[in-house]
Amino acid sequence: MNTKITFLGKEFANSIVTASGILGVTGATMVNNVKEKGVGGVTMKSVSVEPREGHPNPTITTGEHFMINAVGLSNAGVENSVKEIKYYKENCQAPLIASVFAGDIKEFGEVTKKISEASPDFIEVNISCPNVEDEFGKPFAADPQLATAVTKIVKENTDIKVIVKLSPNVENIGKIAQAVEAAGADAICAVNTFNGTLIDVRTREFVLHNKFGGVSGPAIKPMAVKAVYDISQAVKIPIIGTGGVTTGQDVLEMMLAGATLVGVGSGVHFGGGKDVFKNMMGEIKEIMEEEGIEDLMEMIGGVKSDD
Amino acid sequence: MKNNSQQPTILPIKKIVQETPAIKTYTFEHKLGAEPGQFVMLWIPRVDQKPISISRQTDSSFDLSVFKVGKATEALFDMKEGDKVGISGPYGRGFNIEPKKNIVLVGGGCGSAPLRMLGEEAEKAGCKVTFITGAQTSKDVLFKDALSDTCITTDDGSAGFKGFTTQKLAEILTENKDTDKVYTCGPEVMMKGVVDVCAKHKISCEISMERYMKCGFGICGQCAVDPLGICICKAGPVFSGEMAAKITEFGQYHRDKAGVKHEL
Ligand SMILES: Cc1cc2nc3c(=O)[nH]c(=O)nc-3n(C[C@H](O)[C@H](O)[C@H](O)COP(=O)(O)OP(=O)(O)OC[C@H]3O[C@@H](n4cnc5c(N)ncnc54)[C@H](O)[C@@H]3O)c2cc1C
Ligand SMILES: Cc1cc2nc3c(=O)[nH]c(=O)nc-3n(C[C@H](O)[C@H](O)[C@H](O)COP(=O)(O)O)c2cc1C
Ligand code: FES
Repeated sequence: MNTKITFLGKEFANSIVTASGILGVTGATMVNNVKEKGVGGVTMKSVSVEPREGHPNPTITTGEHFMINAVGLSNAGVENSVKEIKYYKENCQAPLIASVFAGDIKEFGEVTKKISEASPDFIEVNISCPNVEDEFGKPFAADPQLATAVTKIVKENTDIKVIVKLSPNVENIGKIAQAVEAAGADAICAVNTFNGTLIDVRTREFVLHNKFGGVSGPAIKPMAVKAVYDISQAVKIPIIGTGGVTTGQDVLEMMLAGATLVGVGSGVHFGGGKDVFKNMMGEIKEIMEEEGIEDLMEMIGGVKSDD
Repeated sequence: MKNNSQQPTILPIKKIVQETPAIKTYTFEHKLGAEPGQFVMLWIPRVDQKPISISRQTDSSFDLSVFKVGKATEALFDMKEGDKVGISGPYGRGFNIEPKKNIVLVGGGCGSAPLRMLGEEAEKAGCKVTFITGAQTSKDVLFKDALSDTCITTDDGSAGFKGFTTQKLAEILTENKDTDKVYTCGPEVMMKGVVDVCAKHKISCEISMERYMKCGFGICGQCAVDPLGICICKAGPVFSGEMAAKITEFGQYHRDKAGVKHEL
């Protein structure tokens, strides 16, 4: 039985990667995710040129079936992040996906150039964070022209393969996917979080300090799977399917919809603690055995659609 | 609160006690069911939400003892009895109590907060508890009278033993050869000193660490420590002396709200 995945020419021990923003602040945490928890690869928290403190707390909370966050893209800045990536690379072989964001097109080029110094295996471009609209306006992922412009400048500033991370808060995600593919994106990650909020009844206050945030976790899985399927029908480049995955079965479902790799974020909380990734892999192997699946790669885009 | 939900539970402040010029204790009527050494995330609407240890617990109430250092704690100091705050948790792994042991608790400043609850629970479990509570000067000493066997230390000698808690601990361990375990919470440099004293006397110890926290439940990775990459909010805040020795940043540096490193 083979659970290895080849994604843009690099080998992952399995199809699970941590999603950006989850257990990805320090190099050591990401090493821990691979060595102790068993993920196939890691995505780092999104970084900008300068350090950012993010929003005051509460920044992350959950309901029974969802998580909502407005961390506000806190990060130590690209210079410190290069050091964290170097630490990771010295201590771990599994592929690392760096994640970058910026407030304007030019800065996307700058942050990409700088992060490339650390030689991450891939660069993911976060054009889809919904929690900084006050500061940056609508995410770049909401507009095919802006998404194209960002993709182009990022590609111009690096030789590393580029993954563009899309927002589900758009009318037609397939169109945006086609735009970034045409602009040179090597892969797509979808989805980022859905716009949402949470109001406390007793105090009548918004719970998140930022008032609005991004919704993730089990509640968004059906929408995320649909988005991944739509993208897979619209483009040829590979997809990292992300959103609401908490079990091994969910991982396989995301792959059937068209994902080559599967990102897991909120699942760290909902999936049952520190053994969540090992449990997922156990379940995947069980299903593969029961269904006679020899190679995990067979699952990619394997949903039956006879029309 | 349902199983997966971390949404704050809103509670009115039942009682406020001014412990020292910079520390107040807030009592809430709510069955928390925490272990000593665990913490809650305390939400002050429109201000911030911060990790605070539990300093006392009964079947129907719990206390938080808070040191005024910045924006959130100042806002809390302005609140009155009856005002509402939000509580999430309890979170983290607390202290391990072994019944019927001779134990010493070493608290520096507001670090004495979780040790008070630990002391009370340990006494219930039949332990003989000696509590060292240290501060710079007599007016800053927290929980002078909370536990029966309490030694006060002050840097300036204005109350109790003149000197550091670590010096007092060394004295006690030299005198009482039957001490089984030491527990400490306070400034990291002090805790580092406690770990060293314990190593010298071959006595096991537990420490309680602080790092900047965002979620408090092991998602964001903000409170991760080098080189293990484990999160303080989930794997800690309490660690054994042996674990503390593996956390090489302990006593050396920490990361701030952005994730930038600073020396301690
Ligand atoms: C697990 C855990 C348990 C904690 N338990 C308690 C507790 O029981 N009681 C309590 O009072 N605090 C406790 N703290 C610390 C508490 O969370 C911080 O003091 C609080 O977040 C400060 O928020 P602020 O907005 O008032 O200060 P900020 O505006 O965040 O900070 C103001 C200034 O004070 C400094 N500062 C921040 N925290 C401390 C500190 N602890 N000591 C000295 N300087 C500091 C900052 O570096 C900054 O310069 C705990 C922290 C952790 C991680
Ligand atoms: C606390 C938190 C922080 C996040 N930070 C980022 C980020 O910095 N960059 C990014 O591209 N996505 C970020 N995300 C989005 C996730 O990477 C992921 O796309 C989304 O949460 C959906 O997946 P999930 O349901 O598995 O969590 C964050 C999500 C959460 C919950
Ligand atoms: S505070 Fe988020 S992981 Fe510890």
